[in-house]
Amino acid sequence: MDLMTWTYLLVGASFALYIGIAIWTRASSTGEFYVAGGGVHPIANGMATGADWMSAASFISMAGLIAFLGYGGSVYLMGWTGGYVLLAMLLAPYLRKYGKFTVPEFIGDRYYSQTARVVAVICLIFISFTYVAGQMRGVGIVFSRFLEVDLLTGLLVGMGIVFIYAVLGGMKGITYTQVAQYCVLITAYIIPAIFISFNITGNPVPPLGLWGNVEGSDTHLLTRLNEIVTELGFAAYTSGGKSTIDIFCITAALMVGTAGLPHVIVRFFTVPRVRDARSSAGWALLFIALLYTTAPAVGAMARYNLTVTAWPGVAASTDVGSAVTDPQNALAADAIPDWMKRWNATGLIKWEDKNGDGRIQYYNEKGLKPEVAQSRGWTGNELIVDNDIMVLANPEIAKLPNWVIALVAAGGIAAALSTAAGLLLVISSSISHDLMKSTFAKGISEKQELMAGRIAAAVAIVIAGYLGYNPPGFVAQVVAFAFGLAASSLFPAIMMGIFSKKVNREGAIAGMLSGLVFTMGYILWFKGIFITPVQENIPANWLFGISPEGIGFVGMLLNFAVAFLVSRVTAAPPERIQELVEFIRSPRGAGSATHH
Amino acid sequence: MSEMNKSQAEAYWKANLRIVGGSLVVWFLVSYGAGILFADALNSIPVGGTGLGFWFAQQGSIIIFLILIAFYAWRMNKLDREFDVDEQ
Repeated sequence: MDLMTWTYLLVGASFALYIGIAIWTRASSTGEFYVAGGGVHPIANGMATGADWMSAASFISMAGLIAFLGYGGSVYLMGWTGGYVLLAMLLAPYLRKYGKFTVPEFIGDRYYSQTARVVAVICLIFISFTYVAGQMRGVGIVFSRFLEVDLLTGLLVGMGIVFIYAVLGGMKGITYTQVAQYCVLITAYIIPAIFISFNITGNPVPPLGLWGNVEGSDTHLLTRLNEIVTELGFAAYTSGGKSTIDIFCITAALMVGTAGLPHVIVRFFTVPRVRDARSSAGWALLFIALLYTTAPAVGAMARYNLTVTAWPGVAASTDVGSAVTDPQNALAADAIPDWMKRWNATGLIKWEDKNGDGRIQYYNEKGLKPEVAQSRGWTGNELIVDNDIMVLANPEIAKLPNWVIALVAAGGIAAALSTAAGLLLVISSSISHDLMKSTFAKGISEKQELMAGRIAAAVAIVIAGYLGYNPPGFVAQVVAFAFGLAASSLFPAIMMGIFSKKVNREGAIAGMLSGLVFTMGYILWFKGIFITPVQENIPANWLFGISPEGIGFVGMLLNFAVAFLVSRVTAAPPERIQELVEFIRSPRGAGSATHH
Repeated sequence: MSEMNKSQAEAYWKANLRIVGGSLVVWFLVSYGAGILFADALNSIPVGGTGLGFWFAQQGSIIIFLILIAFYAWRMNKLDREFDVDEQ
């Protein structure tokens, strides 16, 4: 069967599965709509959390980022897993004990303030919309490449599918669909990785193959990769990159941001008991780690594959230094492989024979002395590759069968849709539950609230689709925004609400606002997502050398500091709040998530 | 809350903080310590064609995070029973 038939078959079958689950798990009460009735098994919840969490960015972009950043890519690996330790130990069990429906609801109750609740809703909506725009974009890219439809059609199909199961099923539908989506995405990620690892290193287990020898030689893959890329003027794969303080702050911002993302936190409201919330975080990290320990192997192997594709003669040589100076070793323009031609149509890979020698020289112009390049007859890099194609094109680069390529397409769509659905649910529940039911339209019945939730989800899908079609800047920039805001606004407010009895209403509101404004201001200052950047985004201009990606960590520290200072000079929280804190600290007596 | 007096509640919370604190020290050491701050020094110990610092940053820290959460969940459940605050 040809690739197109396989792709339609696998993507179509996965859609049929998701819709089937949605109909089977239709939500009938607000409890089911917001927290799946609180009866999800911790292992199922762990899988659903894995799918919820692993977005188009994890599935499509991360291994590609690691391929080009090498050691610098570790910030994503540590940052996006280490957050689960914080979540499991500092937030999830306590919020589960509290047993309400939304994150702003906890903040509003703990800080005895509707204002705090509304501030939390604003933070949540900012975070979730920036994040969801990236997912819709990912859906569009996968559709347009693999099903060869245009971006708008791809987006509309994606929106339609999410609409069916998020609006009908609410959290219950989303949870069980996410379990299925997890299975699809992890299979799609691991199968090509096994093939590629076996091809390159002879070891079928990618996380082990990463440390192995190149098949048929006694040189380690990573040693070999370092030799070749440094000879071409790139930084060594296993070191270098950003400054230590920046790596530290980005990792911290991603970790704390992960723990503060509302769509991840609410997943722990759906399990029956406090002890399930603890173990479920462990299951979630296990399911996530399957992908996150495979990703660095995929990254290094994809980089190796790409480099030896561009330098076919260099792969077999023992002396890389002299091999790259032999003009015969570069890729001949008439021998360009088919996958490069196919992806060229998407604009994600480009080449140009600048020196007219009939060959493509791929190297780093900035990393090589001009006289060295000149002596080799190179007049500029002739191949440009986008990060995002490394995972999607990997099976084609490794010449894997068509069904594997089709499976990757279905996996990419599963990753994007599952995350989008989780985000849309927290947006809609914060609007129907936190804004309408509790603040602006207190008198509505449960049925009306459920309807409001469904309408809010539908409206949110349309806005997300619009943002996916007209993204405000680069998707990667937007994601930095979401993590920075989650780290600097919601995480400190929730954590202090559990671990301190002294932090009060004034402190929490001042802390959230200062963290939010500082972080947002810093990112806009350098990246200017809706405005023109004020200063150039280079290390010399940064505060303490911290990039906008890492500034959420500083925003978090600021939030903590402001909250403690303001709480000291204002009235202590009332007695009943101190009792509430006592209540959430002790596991006994946790009912399923309830209404007031 | 009713079946537990105040000093017992405090003792439970202190024990809880000790477990969390200890776990977070390990969490910090394997990621920010071994993977970032001391990565260069640890890279002098060879692992699979590169160094131990790179291993911690790309794989080791994730494995230890998993062990940490498993330990935490097991230890807290035990603590809950010791203080008789577990969910029946």
